[in-house]
Amino acid sequence: MSNQANTLFDKVWDAHVVRKIADGPDVFFIDRHFIHEVTSPVAFLGLESRNIGVMYSERTFATADHNTPTINQHLPVADPLSANQLKALETNSLKYGISHWGLGHARNGIVHVVGPENGITLPGMTIVCGDSHTSTHGAFGAIAFGIGTSEVEMVLSSQCIMQPKPKKMRVNVVGELGKGVTPKDVTLYIISKLTTAGATGYFVEYAGEVFEKMSMEGRMTVCNMSIEMGARGGMIAPDETTFAYINGRDQAPKGEKWDNALAYWKTLKTDEGAVFDKEYTFDAADIEPMITYGTNPGMGQGISRNIPTSEQVEGGKSTYDKSLAYMGFHENESMLGKKIDYVFIGSCTNGRIEDFRAFASIVKGRKKADNVTAWVVPGSHIVEAQIKEEGILDILTEAGFELRQPGCSACLAMNDDKIPAGKYAVSTSNRNFEGRQGPGARTLLASPLVAAAAAVTGVVTDPRDLL
Amino acid sequence: MAYDKFTLLRSTAVPLPIENVDTDQIIPARFLKATKREGFGDNLFRDWRYNGDETPKADFVLNNPIYKGKILVGGHNFGSGSSREHAAWAIYDYGFRCVVSSFFADIFKGNSLNIGILPVQVSPEFLDKIFLAIEADPNAEFEVNLEEQKITIVSSGESETFDINGYKKHNMINGFDDIDYLQAMKGEIKEFEAERIY
Repeated sequence: MSNQANTLFDKVWDAHVVRKIADGPDVFFIDRHFIHEVTSPVAFLGLESRNIGVMYSERTFATADHNTPTINQHLPVADPLSANQLKALETNSLKYGISHWGLGHARNGIVHVVGPENGITLPGMTIVCGDSHTSTHGAFGAIAFGIGTSEVEMVLSSQCIMQPKPKKMRVNVVGELGKGVTPKDVTLYIISKLTTAGATGYFVEYAGEVFEKMSMEGRMTVCNMSIEMGARGGMIAPDETTFAYINGRDQAPKGEKWDNALAYWKTLKTDEGAVFDKEYTFDAADIEPMITYGTNPGMGQGISRNIPTSEQVEGGKSTYDKSLAYMGFHENESMLGKKIDYVFIGSCTNGRIEDFRAFASIVKGRKKADNVTAWVVPGSHIVEAQIKEEGILDILTEAGFELRQPGCSACLAMNDDKIPAGKYAVSTSNRNFEGRQGPGARTLLASPLVAAAAAVTGVVTDPRDLL
Repeated sequence: MAYDKFTLLRSTAVPLPIENVDTDQIIPARFLKATKREGFGDNLFRDWRYNGDETPKADFVLNNPIYKGKILVGGHNFGSGSSREHAAWAIYDYGFRCVVSSFFADIFKGNSLNIGILPVQVSPEFLDKIFLAIEADPNAEFEVNLEEQKITIVSSGESETFDINGYKKHNMINGFDDIDYLQAMKGEIKEFEAERIY
């Protein structure tokens, strides 16, 4: 084993296999388990019906995010079903001794934002959560992925899941990104090339200059979207950028523990000559600001291009036509200049401080378009505080925007933040599925820069024209 | 969660020849607010199944009484998107025990196996044959034999084998689940945990 060239993924995976089952999955140990109010209650009921407890409560972290309102969080939650789920999370956390960051807690926020910003997410870890965007944490060189509620119950009761080892893919992006091209554009570009099923069965490592130069926030955006091309997760080798981000965070190792951890983290990279099951290389120069036109995240393109015809895309024509009919778009149309109704910046994909800095860079000195309703939603209270401290709130307020309170918000519209039927929203979130942001809502996925350009012009606009 | 054992299923099937059916369509997010696993079948494909005023959409397959059965046949990349197990619960609760497609999203496939739905992945060619068989006769029967890992179009006798890992197959045939397995190896897990650096 020792002289064999291994990938980053192999190194972390193999270190967590408790038992290998012949012709079966690995019994896979989980270092950190995040839970939220939506996918955990039935798992706790399962524990009760089997009369078993939580094996390592200190390895589990609960935060409320999917159902939480983004205004008046000091008031009782109006929707009784949402309130009931939030209460169940609190009650279960208390009962089993699990740390719980509920509504009103200073560190509350979206699970995939608060994990990293508090130093809970570290390189070389295995991290799961009943949420597909758990892949976000792979930005730190962790193996992180979403699980179902049966698996939430497994982790609570045994700290393990039964998981076959995925195949390995490497996606390289080389060269320099152009003006106005952000990490969100990089990931939307990769997904548009690989399709929403292109990485199913694989775990992806992102490599190359573009990711080496990318900030931690940007890496989280890219790893977050890995699930949208079917991958179980994505990861990036930890480096000086990673270590600098973690150092000093609340729950990060300190002193001697830090030194030991750092020595280990430096071994977490793909060895020269390690073999991947599949490998792709893209040129950064080919990527422009992206926007989606259809009803899955793979239906995206450079913002200056026309919507492709059904002959130009893979898959069935009837499915493609259904998608465009839902969106109210036609083949071969330009996306530029299309009137929009809503803008949403936030979510676990683009709800971090860097995203609001980018948004504000275009908003500064301009006004919100009258026809646009904008929801500006930080990913956590810590991000909210940064927005205020850095003067971003002043820029937003001057331009006519209001800052809301943290949560998943319109990303999946489980709270009141729903895009009305038939309306167009430019969203920095991760999914444009039919009805994702409310029944009948039409979502155009894009970067914070594209969202800002749309928010101030009222139409789909190339952000490079405003920079 | 215990589920019914799965050995042999002979049934008519419901065709849904749409690609990339995501879990937001199978069960929209607004129906995920329950704290118990009950009643999800009522909201299966909610927005494809009902108009805004709660009347059924006549052209959606679940509202067409000529199609019924315990097998749902979907297009390529079935179950993409969210990890919500509620999608699999909704399919199970509605009465399906098997989903057939030419390609499944990862987490959906795992969730299905964990709750007792058998995902059967067939070749695109065989999937087309299944759709054609249902089109020719909505009462066409299909036989899914888990022991032999084989799906057969009963009228023509054409069949194809499918993959499933041995451990999961054993569990489904016997109605066991992973938690039983993991509870039995807690000692080994404790030893492993004690060596963790985090």
